[in-house]
Amino acid sequence: MADVNRGNRPLSPHLQVYRLPLVSNISIITRITGVGLIVGLTLIVWWFVAGAYSPEYFASADWLLSSWFGILIMVGSLWALWFHFCNGIRHFAFDLGKGMELESVARSNWYVIGGSVVLTILTLLLV
Amino acid sequence: MAFKTDYSRVQGLGGAGDGVHHWWIQRLTSVALVPLTILFLIPFGRALGGGYEALTATYGQFGNALTAILFLSIASWHFAIGIQVVIEDYVHGNAARITLLIVTKLFAFTLAAAGILAVATILFRA
Repeated sequence: MADVNRGNRPLSPHLQVYRLPLVSNISIITRITGVGLIVGLTLIVWWFVAGAYSPEYFASADWLLSSWFGILIMVGSLWALWFHFCNGIRHFAFDLGKGMELESVARSNWYVIGGSVVLTILTLLLV
Repeated sequence: MAFKTDYSRVQGLGGAGDGVHHWWIQRLTSVALVPLTILFLIPFGRALGGGYEALTATYGQFGNALTAILFLSIASWHFAIGIQVVIEDYVHGNAARITLLIVTKLFAFTLAAAGILAVATILFRA
């Protein structure tokens, strides 16, 4: 059957000209934080290995991780961890088929962003 | 096997040959990491920057050492299968893909083994 609407249909989104919705950006950031967290995990394992090796070696590892540069990486990793954590929790709901309506996703977007910031500050206050 | 039909042998396995195993392990490790992240972060954050005394005082305790070992090993596992998906999505060409997958898995195993051994050493020495 002839398509009378040819040429006037919506185009499929093209990544280079399409402004991604917030949920897609959060999804990409979750992946980036997941990859980036390997830096923090490796540094923490190194900190423990230094502690097992000798008190002197540990002193330099502990000093590096609590220097301004170390704190920058640790706090950055902390936020990345909580962001990945919050969106991971949301994905448990998605896996159960819950919270997938647009209004619900628009709300949970901000739970993820807000939750990652609040949990980062809360952790920094507790430690 | 002799008494199974062809269909029942492949049921649920899909094109990759192992069904939803990879997906399931990702969810399983995620669920485990929810409490472990919280339980690990607080003692670790308090010990960080406190010198060798703070390290042995914190990880000389069985509970803190156990939490750290579980967190580091399961986080390494979660990392290994998570990075596997990223590599499979973005790296094309068998040589590069397989090399990166092997490096990732071996690195994750090394991280987990080093973390377990280090925390256990600190616990036993303290």
